[in-house]
Amino acid sequence: MSNSKTSQKIAFFFLFLATLLIIVPVGLIIVIIIQKGLPAINWQFLSDIPRQGMRAGGIFPAIIGTIYLVTGAIIFALPIGLLAAIYLSEYSKDNLLTRIIKLAIVNLAGVPSVVYGLFGLALFVVFCKFGASIISGSLTLGIMILPVIITTSREALESVPHSFREVSLSLGASKWQTIRNIVLPNAIPGILTGTILGLGRAAGETAPILFTVAAFYLPRLPHSILDQAMALPYHLYVISTQVPNVDEKIRYGTALVLLALVLIMNLVAIIIRYKFRKKKKW
Amino acid sequence: MRKFKEFIIEKLILICGLASIFFVILIFLFLLKEGLAVFKSVNLLKFLFGKNWYPISEPAQLGILPLILGSLLVTIGAAVISVPIGVACAMYIAEVAPIKIKEVLKAGIELLAAIPSVVLGFIGMVTLVPWVKAVFKVPTGLTALSGSIMLAFMAMPTIVSISEDALYSVPKSYKEGALALGATRWQAIWHVMLPAASSGILAAVMLGIGRVIGETMAVMMITGNSAVIPHSILEPVRTLTATIAAEMGEAVVGSEHYFALFAVGIVLFVISFAINVTADLFLHKKK
Repeated sequence: MSNSKTSQKIAFFFLFLATLLIIVPVGLIIVIIIQKGLPAINWQFLSDIPRQGMRAGGIFPAIIGTIYLVTGAIIFALPIGLLAAIYLSEYSKDNLLTRIIKLAIVNLAGVPSVVYGLFGLALFVVFCKFGASIISGSLTLGIMILPVIITTSREALESVPHSFREVSLSLGASKWQTIRNIVLPNAIPGILTGTILGLGRAAGETAPILFTVAAFYLPRLPHSILDQAMALPYHLYVISTQVPNVDEKIRYGTALVLLALVLIMNLVAIIIRYKFRKKKKW
Repeated sequence: MRKFKEFIIEKLILICGLASIFFVILIFLFLLKEGLAVFKSVNLLKFLFGKNWYPISEPAQLGILPLILGSLLVTIGAAVISVPIGVACAMYIAEVAPIKIKEVLKAGIELLAAIPSVVLGFIGMVTLVPWVKAVFKVPTGLTALSGSIMLAFMAMPTIVSISEDALYSVPKSYKEGALALGATRWQAIWHVMLPAASSGILAAVMLGIGRVIGETMAVMMITGNSAVIPHSILEPVRTLTATIAAEMGEAVVGSEHYFALFAVGIVLFVISFAINVTADLFLHKKK
């Protein structure tokens, strides 16, 4: 008996070690980027255009570009994703079609990000003749984050108890009235979580925007949605691999701004979800 | 009038419900539209198994074997590292960790999943690459090994969270039965829980590998990008994804090179499709 107790201790120790091997580097990465990036952050860095071939100045156009792209992506993906989630949670039956839709969502989530880039290039840039532009990039990112929004919104809708719907229907409300007035309002925190997660994903991706929108160096703000734009993740890629002799500080500073943007969005999503779970009345 | 409005809305909901299927097909069609043109100048076997990738020499040599081997080498390396560690971590979170620590660990794993790949690539360049160079005394740290380590790390969130779900969904009575028969907690986990969750864990591993094969930015930044057949894990390689990302910017729309890169995209799409469908079958088998 003591023998098996000892082997349990050893086994649990190794499981713990494996967990540390993942968690400690995550912490280290975040700490290193904050520590080395923070000295670069000041008002000028955040509000100035890049200067001297990106070796000085700020990252303002890249921040604005990313905000445009993410906004465009969500304007496209949220309505479609939400309606698709409503379909799956409220209308679909347990049949082959539903199975195929779910499989399509899984596949859409699994398509490599660079393949989204190719698709965006072929469809939006070349076929629709949008050129490399904010609209091409936004639509590409929008399709990419669709699975995130559908999956989380569906979970939120399905977690609204059946009795809520039944009461509304028995009072004479139609199906759509029930969805709009009863189901949706109760699912809003969950939908918000999914939307923010989608935003974070879109803000951090580089490969889908490589050939659809990203400008190597464009030290001004975009003029219209048919204009190219700089974007934070691509800018970080450019200054860390394509431009020699960029000050470490600028690289870490850019990495910090991008990381902070994405992590803050994720934290907000986690907090909303946590509060919602605690407050749930049912 | 109200009936008509609702009719329109419900049709709209149905259309959006079908949107995912539409987009998957659309992606595949556009890859085919641009990619199949390459087979006018090179046949399928020569494309897949040709040993030379010189897309801009005259005449162009479009064999993607070095790229396939590059992806394979990096992926195998990443799987060897990430599968045991990831599954062990899932066991710890699902069965061993106290409830409060569990929440913190899950949040940590979620944060890792959220870090953009270009940030991980950057961190890999400034920390991992010099480390590999110094430890293995190789001329450059931009090697398949560096890529494997980084990608293993990036596959962890997928492997851990799906394995943990699989362990969690094993009926509690299995574990209680084992414990009642006098097994220790570890024996119950190892001999009862793990086999019971095996199809879910297999799906987790496959989806993790799918993530690794499709990963682009980090791998492009730290594997050295040399499109030759690798002989060891301590040499620079070039993966399928990195090739597209690095070369599409320079390829002229409508050129042979452009078509060839789309054909590489078809290969990636087919691989990820196969992995996702199989993993989905495993996930549904358990129910």
